[in-house]
Amino acid sequence: MELNSYQQEAFNYQRPNIEKFSKSNLLWIVFFLLWILVGLYALYLQIAHGHVVTGMRDNVVWGLFIVNFIFFIGLSYAGAIISGLLHLFKVPWGKPIIRLSQMMTITSVIVGPIFILLCVGRFDRLHHLFIYPRLQSPMTWDVLAILTYFVGSALFLYISMIKDFAVYRDTKMDIPKWKQKLYKTLAIGYRGAASQKRHLIISQNLLAIIIIPLSIMVSSILSWIFGMTLRPGWHSTIFGPYFVLGALYSGCGVLIVAMWAYRKMYKLQDYFTDKLFVNLGYFMMVLAAAYGYFTFSEYFTSWFGSAKWDADVINKLFSLQEYGWWTLFANLFGILVPIAIVAIPATRKVNWITLASFAMVMALWVKRYLIIVPTLETPALPMQDTRMEYVKYTATWPEWALTFAGIASFLLLFTLISKLVTVVPVSELEEPLHQHNHQHEPVVVNNEAIQTV
Amino acid sequence: MKQHGEVNENSRRNFLKNAAIATVVTATCGSLACSCSSKNSTVSKKVRLLSPDGEIVEIDSAYLNYQEHIAIVSKMEERQGIPGKRFVMVVDLALCKNARKCITACQKHHYRPEDTEWLTVKLMKDSDEGAPYWFPKQCFHCDNPPCVKVCPVDATFKRQDGLVLIDNDRCIGCKFCMAACPYSTRVFNWAEPELNSDIKDLPYSAETGIPAKVGTVEKCDFCPDRTKEGLLPPCAEACPNGVFYFGDENEDTVSNGSETVSFTQLIKDRAGYRFLEELGTKPRVYYLPPKDRQFPVERGYENLPDKLKERFKDIMEPISSKS
Repeated sequence: MELNSYQQEAFNYQRPNIEKFSKSNLLWIVFFLLWILVGLYALYLQIAHGHVVTGMRDNVVWGLFIVNFIFFIGLSYAGAIISGLLHLFKVPWGKPIIRLSQMMTITSVIVGPIFILLCVGRFDRLHHLFIYPRLQSPMTWDVLAILTYFVGSALFLYISMIKDFAVYRDTKMDIPKWKQKLYKTLAIGYRGAASQKRHLIISQNLLAIIIIPLSIMVSSILSWIFGMTLRPGWHSTIFGPYFVLGALYSGCGVLIVAMWAYRKMYKLQDYFTDKLFVNLGYFMMVLAAAYGYFTFSEYFTSWFGSAKWDADVINKLFSLQEYGWWTLFANLFGILVPIAIVAIPATRKVNWITLASFAMVMALWVKRYLIIVPTLETPALPMQDTRMEYVKYTATWPEWALTFAGIASFLLLFTLISKLVTVVPVSELEEPLHQHNHQHEPVVVNNEAIQTV
Repeated sequence: MKQHGEVNENSRRNFLKNAAIATVVTATCGSLACSCSSKNSTVSKKVRLLSPDGEIVEIDSAYLNYQEHIAIVSKMEERQGIPGKRFVMVVDLALCKNARKCITACQKHHYRPEDTEWLTVKLMKDSDEGAPYWFPKQCFHCDNPPCVKVCPVDATFKRQDGLVLIDNDRCIGCKFCMAACPYSTRVFNWAEPELNSDIKDLPYSAETGIPAKVGTVEKCDFCPDRTKEGLLPPCAEACPNGVFYFGDENEDTVSNGSETVSFTQLIKDRAGYRFLEELGTKPRVYYLPPKDRQFPVERGYENLPDKLKERFKDIMEPISSKS
């Protein structure tokens, strides 16, 4: 595999990351494994005693697990759309992050469905989904959708990595024999020949073209699990596009945070440049505006009409004794703060943008919670139940433990993948076209020269 | 090189051939062994008894230990339903005084604990000035059931006799049906249910719902095990006021235990309606409006134990303080 000098430089710089585990790598891995262990204990409790150990009861039948499921699967769909778009538009500044978004795609599509399996009452009967499927059910659509999508995105990730695997195979690296063999197998004999190159390019383009509409479709199917029920707050025609946009938006946020984490961990400032953060920040800002528009549309329409059906849920969302503060948090940090931070030049910096993204990701998790739980707490018939746990949903420690175990698994997978492949893909890397001059040109404001970075 | 290739190919061919033969032989032997060793469970033991008329009769020994809840139907029959019937229920809201005998009868018949209410009585107050009324609600066995629509494994199903049942041998406990039902009619076995020794070893049937299984969904089933014997469901029988009329739409008769009337006539005369008709689920339970009530609504509240009073306090206290 031939690399040009810029790509070779990128590879040499990142080689140590895949050759050995640093101390901080090991510490993080142990930390994540501990969380996963706690989660496994909680899982054991749930299997042994039944779902009574969770906070879910007859009214709020879906809780934290479904919120996490939507959250992670949304990240996955976003990763596919972003990497597909970046690949098709062939933007040079986007090359470093294609792999990152593909990694996010795969790790979330592994972690997300685990949560939905946790929500199912009879673990031992999951095969019924495949031997007695009922095609009319939105849940069957979701099972088919996720399986199809998993295969597609795994293929997309793998094919995009073949060239890099060839580079690793051809370089004499300080790695154990099994790893050398692994690279050799995964590179499936790619030598850079013209016909091989052509095959690779065609496959990648095809997959990118397929995965974008596939991603939008599966994201809509996910939303229709809620949208197709007769519940206020769920039975909304906007749900399909709303979930697609929400997924894309939160995926963008997680991408920025992941970029920042890797930049810090592996000192990748030259590849995950400040300009890249700003570009992604702009992208995030546009998505925030769109998401804000959809959210406002939903709430305003429900609030303005007099139907009791909608009014009950809206009142619950905005009443300060109930979910009002959470609604405020979710919309403030989910929509307004990211827009403000990217719009104001003074805060359009790497650390600020990352902070805004992190807060936004939290806020969007809360937003998913606000979609699921308040609706289930307002059924058409009065609950008239004296058992508090049946009236109001409160997540129990096993649910939280499993939530954090899921997050830990997500982060663990990210860490482990970064030990297998370089985070910045080297074989497709393009040297940025002398943007440095443009970047360092000072901007004069109020007789003071301010450096835009 | 060619020779080497030939040798390779031949050995691979041989290997595949041998493997195929081995598989076929194993499969045949295995299936033969299975069929030879399976118990001949279809041959039933017959017993000779003396009938009340003085005749000697031979009956299947399974009927000797007949327990009320064995619904001797196959899975296929369970899903098809009782031919020629279309069950329907009419609830007379003018007569309900929240005696709750229906609830205890239902729980007793299905061996359910006190806090599991397949049938529940709500206190409805439709508007600020409107009068509150007691509203018994069980499953409506809708003709366009939103729960059946969403079940991913076909565990809940609609039968030709109108009933919507749940097969808890198949249910995976995803609770999509519970989220989809707008009438909050389904309940879930969150913990391992405490099973009475009578029913613990009974074979499970969707028509009885016994024994309950953890991690599955349950709801009112219109008691097909009772209707097959020509009896009314326990709720209809236990009600002291005859609130529940249960019957067959095909025969156009419904009965509440003391009187049998024409279903269509009853609905026409008393302006029967269905709850939340606009949802389009087509319930099979009709309600007769609470007009000319037999009892004041307080009658159903005064003598309740405190735990139950808590449920309706918000509605009843303002009314009691006014009077």
